[in-house]
Amino acid sequence: MADSAAPVSSSTKKSRTKFILGGVLILIAIIYLVVSSTQATAQYFLTVGELAEKSGQVYDREIRVSGVVLGDSIQYDSKNLLLKFTVAHIPGDNKEIEAQGGLAMVLHNASMDPALPRLPVVYEGVVPDLLKNEAQAIMTGTMGADGVFYADELLLKCPTKYEEAVPEQSGNG
Amino acid sequence: MLVNFGYGALLISFLTALYGIGAAIYGNRKNSWAWVESARLAMLVTFPLISLSALILIWLLVNDHYEVQFVYTVTSTAMPLYLKITALWGGQSGSLMFWVWLMTAFAFAVTFRKWDRDREFLPWVIVVSLVTLAFFLILILFVENPFERYWQLPGGGEIAAMFPPEGAEILRPMDGRGLNPLLRHPGMVIHPPMLYLGFVGFVIPYAFAIAALITGRSDDRWIRLTRRWTLVAWLFLSLGLVLGSRWAYDVLGWGGYWAWDPVEIAAFMPWLTGTAFLHSVMIQEKRGLFKRWNMILIILTYCLVIFGTFLTRSGVLSSVHAFSQSAIGPLFFVFIGLTFLVSLWLLLDRWNRLGSEGQMTSLLSRESLFLFNNLLFMGILAVCFWGVIFPLISELLTGQKVTVGPPFYERATGPLFAGLLILMGIAPLSAWGHSTYKTLGRAMWKPFLVSLLVPAAALFVGVRQWGAFLGLWLAAFVLSITLYEYGRGVFARKRATGETLPLAFWRLAGKNRRRYGGYIIHIGVVLMAIGIIGIEVFQTETQGTISQGQSISLDQYTVTYRSLAEFNTPDGRNVARAVVDVQKNGKPMGQLFPRRDYYYDAQQPMSIPGVRSTMEDDLYVLLVDWEPISEMGATFKIYHNPLVNWLWIGGFVFILGTMVAAWPDKDVEPKKVRMPARVAASKA
Repeated sequence: MADSAAPVSSSTKKSRTKFILGGVLILIAIIYLVVSSTQATAQYFLTVGELAEKSGQVYDREIRVSGVVLGDSIQYDSKNLLLKFTVAHIPGDNKEIEAQGGLAMVLHNASMDPALPRLPVVYEGVVPDLLKNEAQAIMTGTMGADGVFYADELLLKCPTKYEEAVPEQSGNG
Repeated sequence: MLVNFGYGALLISFLTALYGIGAAIYGNRKNSWAWVESARLAMLVTFPLISLSALILIWLLVNDHYEVQFVYTVTSTAMPLYLKITALWGGQSGSLMFWVWLMTAFAFAVTFRKWDRDREFLPWVIVVSLVTLAFFLILILFVENPFERYWQLPGGGEIAAMFPPEGAEILRPMDGRGLNPLLRHPGMVIHPPMLYLGFVGFVIPYAFAIAALITGRSDDRWIRLTRRWTLVAWLFLSLGLVLGSRWAYDVLGWGGYWAWDPVEIAAFMPWLTGTAFLHSVMIQEKRGLFKRWNMILIILTYCLVIFGTFLTRSGVLSSVHAFSQSAIGPLFFVFIGLTFLVSLWLLLDRWNRLGSEGQMTSLLSRESLFLFNNLLFMGILAVCFWGVIFPLISELLTGQKVTVGPPFYERATGPLFAGLLILMGIAPLSAWGHSTYKTLGRAMWKPFLVSLLVPAAALFVGVRQWGAFLGLWLAAFVLSITLYEYGRGVFARKRATGETLPLAFWRLAGKNRRRYGGYIIHIGVVLMAIGIIGIEVFQTETQGTISQGQSISLDQYTVTYRSLAEFNTPDGRNVARAVVDVQKNGKPMGQLFPRRDYYYDAQQPMSIPGVRSTMEDDLYVLLVDWEPISEMGATFKIYHNPLVNWLWIGGFVFILGTMVAAWPDKDVEPKKVRMPARVAASKA
């Protein structure tokens, strides 16, 4: 946007200063908004394992946790819209997930492995349609001192729907 | 057989694209028009070729050819025909194919225009379009091939591959897995195509911009040539965003219309730069300023389009839209990086040619308000971009992933959106070249006073939230100024010509479509803002479990549970459908039917709300849970969303305004208007 012209008179110089000042002010405002909003709202994105290690230091802040839903643990009290379930640890790193055979595989294995760290979750609200065994849950909320994660927001992904596996039931045609 | 045809057509169009690129460059170097003409034919041919391939894929989808892996993953026998067709863009490889198909359609159309006056642009427009095409074809042909089939290996075991391994027999599953139930919605028919049309449409203005850079034409010819293309691309992108928002409101988001999901943001970012571009090209046309800036904007828009396609398709980010992880991620990165660097290098190379033809003198002139508008759009873009890449950056630097959610975006963009609304109010009254506080104030005080009535009325009906006050006042301010401006023009025309009011209104808009189309768009934005304020500030909700005959109350509404029925449908769903009576202030308002569909093939439920929608508010009822025997009771979640309908009405007005602005003019070659600042000011 730097528009330069050869002859610069004093009056255009003055108006130029005004423009630069205006631009800089807006720029500062934008930077302030980005920085302050990041500080005010950023959340740690943790795995269940990391949360287990770091327990204590993250109690007072909103955090995000990702894990795999254990289907048997889902309980719903529809009178109070109180949803309880347990998630198990899955790696947070995409490369690690790929190395273990893709997200669907990781979710499947993690849901079967009792040795992995687990985390009980409580959520108040409507049961999301995608909540089921082996779904990946991304939860935003706070960690209670009782070791339960209180989720305000629940995002679910079922990669099996998109994953490219060889079909189970088939016939020659 | 057909599968091989489809793949073959893709392969041929890839080779044709490569040939076209070579022929265009060679023809340009040798100054041989025959070679360029041949390249142009190559570009023309790609569209029928890709169409053939895409139609074959659709045919496979419609006829349940589950031996094709893509077909198996996105359709099932029970799905209705229209969903089988839309399944084309229901998965990764098919949607890449669809992207390419639409892009070649645009390229096809642009090839047909008269090139006599702009011959030197042609080879480079061809090169840019075909390079983009070739990149996507590489993805489809070699990484995400929709024509791969399942094979039974002779030694046991199964694989998916394009060509049969030796001795392998084709494997045909009995039924497909079916489209993700979330996508089985009429929105699927129209939202993705509109968004994609918006995406691919921006390839054309970008191609012309690069052509202008390479040929060294520093005038605004490329902008005039692509103005309509840009508007059409922007129209589709806006339409895609609004429709997606509506779809989210109807089913996906349970009354949410915008979740600041990374993929939503990915589609929003090119819209931001595109909108900034639409505004700032006007300054180049009128005053010859901002030539470099416009180049930067269109380059950014193109890169963001590719980046947006990448974000939706690569699975780097956690999002409801994100599909599975895929190998196409790194390729996208390389392509975006390369295009960005090459474009930037070209721009820097021509930097000095693109100097401004004048100076900005007045801080309140139209062009300087446009400049501030651009800065604000860039600010919102910066917020969005930062939010999207922040988790990646934080992980890179600290090893710990830190994310930001909707609160971040709302907090950071709120003031910027408010700033844009203020500018939207002031700018139409300021003059090109020179404006002062005095002239602006004189033009503004009447509509300003009128706008104060709205917050006063809000106070009177009991609104106490300061955010709502400010928002409603801003909306009223812009609305009254825009209507005032429009009205002044219409009445002046009526006086001058003796036409009736509606005729004067119509002819005026027809005479300066961009200006009055723009005003209509602004009115649309304001109406949308009112809807957003309504749902964000005034939304209330409640929930409860009630047995038959019992009621839940929310604000002036009472919802009474009548009955519930469970039944199977021929397309493979089990439907639980509740009937509730709605009363408003004790008066019966009819019934709603919230339901829960369970899809057998996908083993997934889907909640569909019952909604009573009026201009004043929406009552939005969700069926959460129920006892098998309906007398026992059912659980409902109920939202009351005041004013939200204005969001959709505004969206409609917005699109209408864009159509007015994009409508072809009668005179094909508009005269060049380039006046010195002072003259422009006195005429405006």
